[in-house]
Amino acid sequence: MESVLDVRSVSMNFGGLRALNDVTVVVRDGEIVSLIGPNGAGKTTFFNCVTSIYKPTEGEVYFTPRGSAPLRISGMKPNAVTALGMARTFQNIRLFQNMSVLENVMVARHCRTKAGIFGAVFRPGWVRREEAEIVEKSYALLKALGLHRWYNELAANLPYGQQRRLEIARALATEPRLLLLDEPAAGMNPQETAALKDLVLQIRDQFGLTILLIEHDMSMVMSISERIYVMEYGCLIAEGTPEAVSHDPRVIKAYLGEVEHA
Amino acid sequence: MVAREFFKSLGVSLWFMVLTFPLVAVRVNTIENTIQWRWANLAIVGVGAFVLSAVWRWALVRRETMLANAASGAGERSVRVWDSPVVTRTLGAALLVVFMGIPWLVSTYQTNILISFFLYVMLGIGLNIVVGVAGLLFLGYAAFYAIGAYAYALLNHYFGWGFWTVLPMGGVLAAVAGVLLAFPVLRLRGDYLAIVTLGFGEIVRLVLENWSDLTGGPSGISNIDRPGFFGQEMTVAGTNIYIYYIVFVAVLVTFVVAERLKDSRVGRALQALREDEIACEAMGIDRVGVKLMAFGLGTAWAGFAGVIFAAKTTFINPASFTFFESAIILSIVVLGGMGSNWGVILGAAFLVLLPEYMRAFSEYRMILFAAAMVLMMVFRPQGMIPARSKQYRIVDRELELSGE
Amino acid sequence: MDVQYFFELFLSGLTRGSIYALIAIGYTMVYGIIELINFAHGEIYMIGAFTGLIVAGILGTMGFPLPAILVLAVLVSMIYCAGYGYTIEKIAYKPLRQAGRLSPLISAIGMSLFLQNYVILVQTSDFVPFPSLIPEFAFLEPIAHIFASSDFLIVVVSAVLMAGLTLFIKYTKMGKAMRATAQNRKMAMLLGIDADRVISVTFIIGSALAAVGGVLIASHVGMVNFAIGFLAGIKAFTAAVLGGIGSLPGAMLGGLFLGLSESFGAGYISSDYEDVFAFSLLVIFLIFRPSGIMGKAKVEKV
Repeated sequence: MESVLDVRSVSMNFGGLRALNDVTVVVRDGEIVSLIGPNGAGKTTFFNCVTSIYKPTEGEVYFTPRGSAPLRISGMKPNAVTALGMARTFQNIRLFQNMSVLENVMVARHCRTKAGIFGAVFRPGWVRREEAEIVEKSYALLKALGLHRWYNELAANLPYGQQRRLEIARALATEPRLLLLDEPAAGMNPQETAALKDLVLQIRDQFGLTILLIEHDMSMVMSISERIYVMEYGCLIAEGTPEAVSHDPRVIKAYLGEVEHA
Repeated sequence: MVAREFFKSLGVSLWFMVLTFPLVAVRVNTIENTIQWRWANLAIVGVGAFVLSAVWRWALVRRETMLANAASGAGERSVRVWDSPVVTRTLGAALLVVFMGIPWLVSTYQTNILISFFLYVMLGIGLNIVVGVAGLLFLGYAAFYAIGAYAYALLNHYFGWGFWTVLPMGGVLAAVAGVLLAFPVLRLRGDYLAIVTLGFGEIVRLVLENWSDLTGGPSGISNIDRPGFFGQEMTVAGTNIYIYYIVFVAVLVTFVVAERLKDSRVGRALQALREDEIACEAMGIDRVGVKLMAFGLGTAWAGFAGVIFAAKTTFINPASFTFFESAIILSIVVLGGMGSNWGVILGAAFLVLLPEYMRAFSEYRMILFAAAMVLMMVFRPQGMIPARSKQYRIVDRELELSGE
Repeated sequence: MDVQYFFELFLSGLTRGSIYALIAIGYTMVYGIIELINFAHGEIYMIGAFTGLIVAGILGTMGFPLPAILVLAVLVSMIYCAGYGYTIEKIAYKPLRQAGRLSPLISAIGMSLFLQNYVILVQTSDFVPFPSLIPEFAFLEPIAHIFASSDFLIVVVSAVLMAGLTLFIKYTKMGKAMRATAQNRKMAMLLGIDADRVISVTFIIGSALAAVGGVLIASHVGMVNFAIGFLAGIKAFTAAVLGGIGSLPGAMLGGLFLGLSESFGAGYISSDYEDVFAFSLLVIFLIFRPSGIMGKAKVEKV
């Protein structure tokens, strides 16, 4: 199957510290792939390299937009990568706190719409239609994620779990092909996590997404991932199906072992 | 309880009497070697500090409880008069009618005050785009006001160009200068950005002051032409009324443009930039482009206002464009409510109109507004009329049926 | 090149630089600990000069000898400025500890304007002559035309104070607490350091040093005015930035660097654009090297 994300031997140095060491990851169309590993293993740094917030010290990242050949995206600006069809959520929620729930999603329509300063001031017909469409599509997304009743509330006033959902809604509004979720279940209780799991599967089918997930919750990772990559100290130590990974002695030693003791 | 509060206030009062003693109670004349003792002042400080410290502590306690209330319970948003479009439209229409008629009813002197009020509203709204909407703290705004004013003064002085020719150019020049300044400061934010813009503002002023061959140095440029009206001769009072209407229309345009901008695709990108630069970029917004846009959109108004200012006073010099001026414009925005254009109007009314009409109190004007800036930040950082995200009205049958 | 002219510029740069360094310490210490540009710091310097003026005036009519007046004016002014610094922090900054970065900065600008207008109101908005308090030292007679006694005293006093402060920060318990708080305030509080007290002490020390600068420079120049704090404040802040804001030795070096470059710039290029020169340095450094001459860049955490 076609690869959507192709990360080739990426390394990232901060000063003398090597946060990522020769990491190679491939995600294929329609897959849900998880990236796991102990805290500080470099998972979020990996996301930042993929989304071009950081430029990798070595290695290359390729992304295949819908209906196009693979493109090299390492070194591009983050907003250009988003425009190509990659969206993410953040581990430490980064919503636009003082904007309404609906506006948070509307902001993310930015790269799919065109109105400029002239349009904003004179509001010709096409701008008004575009604006109406932004509202409509954004509201539909809120509805798909069950957030619509709060659409005029400030994002800061949403309960914690709903804020995480809003991050997903916002990412979806950019019409991504690949969605990167950075610990979406962090701080959620088991019921919420179960609901989130269903949600991830549902949006994958509904929007035809490919998903790359960082997660600590093992029940979630094991039940929804098609493949799992395991990181430790900036290196990949294992890759495979949930079944294979959970029996890999290195993984048990490095990661699952730690979980059992915890 | 009361006794404890009493002694606390007494302590604060004593502290302030001791602290302010040399400056408040003594004045020395080093030439004649005489000393003037002003014990009455000290008494005022003592009593004032006693009362204010009690008010201060009460207000702090109140702030804490309000913060706690807001933190618990997903804060229901209160309905405000300002949010109803009926109210704002009625108020807007009423203001429109009043301001349209006013110059025929009052003296030239009063008209002049209103002109300067309008200029500050314009400046405030312009700065608001940068500071309030895009969240970029900008301390050298007067420099762009100066660019507009000097553009007209110089082009008029050396080439005899008229007001209407230079007016659009002044705005464009200021916007270009804003964008040029924005390029190098793209990576900076918060306090560093504030200082760089302050430095830029002072550089512009100092250059105007020292480049005497071109700008006339500290004595400035005089005999700038007033705006022409199809070549008609006008009396001084007539020109004044004419300028009043020019500035009034300019304010209307500024206000409408700023309001429309705020709730547009561009405006939302600016707000997203204010809220979180990294998330903003991750949502597909070009941070660089948006920042340049914020600077250009904000500074253009200062350029327009500068041209009008030069035409109104017919004389300008660098003293009108000091850091002090930037600080006044910033306090208009801050007191009114960052991001809120109605707030700017109210803020400008407080800072420009109030002191004019309360002459007795004009000596205390700046100190009161400086105090208000501090108090506002401590107790009501959102300003007098806080900005609010646009409320959308979406008709959703299912939501209504589910009984929400 | 004219060697004497060069030395003249060098020495006058040294004098200026010492004063910038003294004021810059206040900026850099406060920034190091609460990451706030204390806009009101320049005004503290100005209030120091005015307090010195008043003390000198009172003592002068009582017939005190000149050296005693100088010492007392400096000491009283230090105490008062420490009081102002402490009070300002409690009113304008402490209630805003949790409030993000824009609010305290605006509050600081408000406080700066407040203090300027306070002095206009209770004293005057005019320039006031300041008595010359610094005695002529006999041993400086031969070079007095290029390095006056007041220059000498300013340089020596600044050097002594800075050395003292360095020792204080390095060896006392409070100094260690300050360094710890600057590194990581939360951690320092967990370890039992009273952060509020550390912050207060920071404001007190910075303000007292600014007061010394204020009295000495006022006596050197012979004038005070409510507005002197603004320019001095910006320049001292520039010095702090040049040296890498947050770093104490950086502030001292930055002060000297700015003083010398201003002096040479004015002497060899043009004195009209002296202030433009300082502001340009400020802007250029903030843009291209915000971590200062010697500093390291930081990577922002996402």
